[in-house]
Amino acid sequence: MDWLTILLYVILLAIGWMSICGACYDYGETPNLFALSTRSGMQIVWIGTSMLLGAVILLLDDRIYDTFAYIIFALLLALLIATPFLAHDIKGSHSWIKIGPFSLQSAEFAKFATALAIAKFMSSYGFQLQGSWRNFLICCAFIFTPMVLIIMQKETGSALVYFSFFLMLYREGMPGSILFAGIAAVAYVVVGLRYADQQVLGDTTSLGTLLVLAIIHVFVAALLIVYTSPKTSDIQRLGEQRTAAVAFRQTMTATLLLTPLAAATIMGADYVMAHIADISPATQAFAQKNFGTDILPFDAALPLTVVLVALALRLIWIGFASHIYRYAYIALFALGSMAVFFSAHTMLDHLAEHQRTRVQVLLGLKDDPKGAGYNVIQAQIAIGSGGLEGKGFLNGTQTKLKYVPEQETDFIFCTVGEEQGFIGSAAVLGLFLLLLLRLIHLAERQTTDFGRIYIYCVFSIFLFHVVINVGMVLGLMPVIGIPLPFFSYGGSSLWGFTILLFIALRIDAARPMK
Amino acid sequence: MAAKEPQLDYRKYVLAAAATAVIAVYVLRLFTLQLTSDDYKLRADSNALMKRIQFPARGAITDRNGELLVYNQPAYDIMVVMNEATDIDTLDLCESLGIDRQWFDRRMAEIKNTRGYSRHTQQLFMSQLSVEEFSNFQEKLFRFPGFYIQKRSIRQYTSPHAGHILGDIGEVSPADIEDDPYYQSGDYIGKQGVERSYEQQLRGIKGSEILLRDVKGRIKGRYQDGRFDQQPIPGKNLTLSIDLNLQKLGERLMHGKLGSIVAIEPATGEVLCMVSSPTFDPRTMVGRQRGRQHKALAADPMKPLINRSIAGLYPPGSTFKTSQALTFLQEGIITPDTRFPCSHGFHFRGLKVGCHGHGSPWPLVPSIGTSCNAYFCWGLYHMFGNREHYHSTQEAMTRWKDYMVSMGFGYKLGVDLPGEKRGLIPNAEFYDKAYRGSWSGLTVISISIGQGEVLLTPLQIANLGATIANRGWFITPHVVKEIQDTPLDTLYTHRRYTMASAANYEVVVQGMRQAVTGGTCRSANTTMYEVCGKTGTAQNRGHDHSVFMGFAPMHNPKIAVAVYVENGGWGATFGVPIGALIMEQYINGHLTEASQAKAETIENKVIAYGTYDR
Repeated sequence: MDWLTILLYVILLAIGWMSICGACYDYGETPNLFALSTRSGMQIVWIGTSMLLGAVILLLDDRIYDTFAYIIFALLLALLIATPFLAHDIKGSHSWIKIGPFSLQSAEFAKFATALAIAKFMSSYGFQLQGSWRNFLICCAFIFTPMVLIIMQKETGSALVYFSFFLMLYREGMPGSILFAGIAAVAYVVVGLRYADQQVLGDTTSLGTLLVLAIIHVFVAALLIVYTSPKTSDIQRLGEQRTAAVAFRQTMTATLLLTPLAAATIMGADYVMAHIADISPATQAFAQKNFGTDILPFDAALPLTVVLVALALRLIWIGFASHIYRYAYIALFALGSMAVFFSAHTMLDHLAEHQRTRVQVLLGLKDDPKGAGYNVIQAQIAIGSGGLEGKGFLNGTQTKLKYVPEQETDFIFCTVGEEQGFIGSAAVLGLFLLLLLRLIHLAERQTTDFGRIYIYCVFSIFLFHVVINVGMVLGLMPVIGIPLPFFSYGGSSLWGFTILLFIALRIDAARPMK
Repeated sequence: MAAKEPQLDYRKYVLAAAATAVIAVYVLRLFTLQLTSDDYKLRADSNALMKRIQFPARGAITDRNGELLVYNQPAYDIMVVMNEATDIDTLDLCESLGIDRQWFDRRMAEIKNTRGYSRHTQQLFMSQLSVEEFSNFQEKLFRFPGFYIQKRSIRQYTSPHAGHILGDIGEVSPADIEDDPYYQSGDYIGKQGVERSYEQQLRGIKGSEILLRDVKGRIKGRYQDGRFDQQPIPGKNLTLSIDLNLQKLGERLMHGKLGSIVAIEPATGEVLCMVSSPTFDPRTMVGRQRGRQHKALAADPMKPLINRSIAGLYPPGSTFKTSQALTFLQEGIITPDTRFPCSHGFHFRGLKVGCHGHGSPWPLVPSIGTSCNAYFCWGLYHMFGNREHYHSTQEAMTRWKDYMVSMGFGYKLGVDLPGEKRGLIPNAEFYDKAYRGSWSGLTVISISIGQGEVLLTPLQIANLGATIANRGWFITPHVVKEIQDTPLDTLYTHRRYTMASAANYEVVVQGMRQAVTGGTCRSANTTMYEVCGKTGTAQNRGHDHSVFMGFAPMHNPKIAVAVYVENGGWGATFGVPIGALIMEQYINGHLTEASQAKAETIENKVIAYGTYDR
């Protein structure tokens, strides 16, 4: 039994409960933190039942998870399908099933079921992830099926959590390039939209487009350098094609690095010209000219795009001619990157209104304290006002006086920041990091693939929740409504996280010793 | 079972490094948010902390005998919180407050249209309810959820008297706020009288309590149980030197007349009464009606808002002769035995200053007693023409001016009331300019009898009386006798000596005594005490002003008084009897029956003033 993890679990629950007290305690009332009419009181019920649940899981035979993984998964899928029909409409979401006085969120329980099922599938005899697109796609099916069902419940935040399974897949052999491509795509969208409305070079060019194209250039150049170093096998395989490929590789890399440099130079010159008017009459006359309209009277993104497309086509040709297909893959990456980016605006239009606003607020496109950015700003004020040592238990003013919305659930970390200060909140982050690293350690010491894969799923899910939730509160991530494990108020999420963790502990406890 | 691929082992480090890196970035972000800037803390404070000012009680004001003149009365504002006041019996509420339904509806609509309106916070529903109205309502308050009481205080005046001295308070002007950051919009500040001149002492020091305000603007309690709250420090009480009964009598006597009475206790410089007529009732200058009332008073052609005692500039007339006698004696121009001829006036080189018929030539004392114009004209002529003492007329003039200034003329005396005027004592440059250097004692001869360019305030005339009573010194007149727990300004405790000696003052006292016993002020004579006095009949564009300056008793004087009745005719007509009554009231504490009758007669005498510009 891994008592360290259980200790971390209990500590996090305790601090979490204190934060709930801070968040729901109302000034002017005698604080009765244990009354069931208050959220702090109810959270005690949830904590108690969670611990009970954890104990039950530890007492059960470890083999049932392996054995019944698919059945559990199927049951949960059925529940997810049924949920929108059974659920009440809570803030536009159809994910809550009412059972007696309690409401349960089926999405929270689908995570461990998915983890079990995918672990069972990937640990089946002869399973190979590397080099098997079929297996990879089946894994994707395991991930995307519950995800789609949850999106149908209008719980986009919970659905996005399923992307975290790709971290586990990466550990299990999924090509790093897929992960890289995914992260790159997110970077394009974020950077592109963040600076989309900023014009440079005399209003001809969008800064966002220019920046993203430059990033693609650099990425492609980096991929070329890393993945196309001439190997002896290539040299043997190729005749004169090799010489051409290697020569082109160098030209290409140089071009790819030079074009963004050129763009940066032009922008720099443009900026300088806009600021030299005051120096002397000569510079003033020169500054009358505008780089964008007089010297570069077209969209500066255009030449970068042309260069990139031309080079990509040439790369594909060389790749096929020389049978070094890596060239073609890199070209595909380049073209795919552009495709992803240029459809970003369209993608944004297809998001729900509040999600679009959330993305825009996060990227700083909307700066309106009383509008959609209000949550984020108030959250940062609350945290920032905590200082080094915080205001003390139940002494936070921002959270107590309801300036931060959703403060018991998604924005619970504000209370930690305000009441416990830098010391407390950094310590909480440290505890989470400790838990995550401990999970990696537990996963790596498993002797079964099932155990390792499952625990990596748990690690990935926790990592995603912590990174997104805390990042959101700190204003570094989009406002995606997902709970902070063990902190956010609510029975479903706490039970969900407890089940995830304790199954991992049960599996770990029963690992066959070599 | 698939074996773990050993070549993928490095990926566990990638994942661990990624998790560590993200957490590190977040800790860094926490660091910048929480430790590098106070900005967030300040914003949190301005969000959640509300500083509520607690107003101190303004100091009370009493007269010299402890009679309460000004105090604070509790008044009650009724506040309403709209979203709590949803379920009330409107009819019952209207009945309890004595308002009708229409007023209620209109007021509620008004509240909703006010700037900064919030349905979660207290809004002013009705202001300044009296204690009776309030106690009536308070019994039923529990029936009206959402209605609250807020205690305030308003200034109350016990009597209609002494409006000019007491002054009033009103909301601060933007200029006041700019001058003193202590004030905030909506605060009250003294506007006139001692309310203004002792504003610093009366106002006290505001306190504050820091309250917690939630996102909807509701007050949720005290910040840290009031650890940072500051109790207000109440204002200091003032004891005026004014005798309310004397003031009352003065205001009665000045009824229907324009002018001023100022009485001073010579030994202390305390002003015993300061009447400026017409006056106003300070009780009308309170609360919401103040603005309207002030406007009406400001528009009155008789200018009741002006305190004539300190801001009225008048020719002192013959009362000024006392100061001339002192100057000439001190400068050695005359001795008490010096005689000057008077043949119905001063006749010299075609210049004539008239005088009434009396024996001639007389020495100084009877000349003061009969108020001989010629005597003082000769005196000035000899002084200004004296080339043994002075090289030039200018030098003589300067010397003369120095005497006048030493007696408190020509500059503000420094009374503790706002709006004092300095009067006018001409100097050599003044005449050099006016006559282009070509002038002599004869040119300016009328200044010797308190006419011409010389202008004094009634306070300066009264102070002249006090100086003579003291035989050569005075303490700057002041209306505040005591400030609670605070010493008076040394200006009001130190003697200021004039340039004339006590011996010379004694001569003038003799003259003033003779004026009462056998001269112009005979009607002021009484067997109760020895009165000294000097009349004045000041010529001006209209009918002569009636002036009196005197003090009593002659030895160990208790009161010096100046009376100035505009267009009142001879000094003996109004000045002398009014001055006599004031002295009697103060010295005896009451009037005899005969005096009562006299007072009534004077009170009922009304002088018809034209509407010409004054």
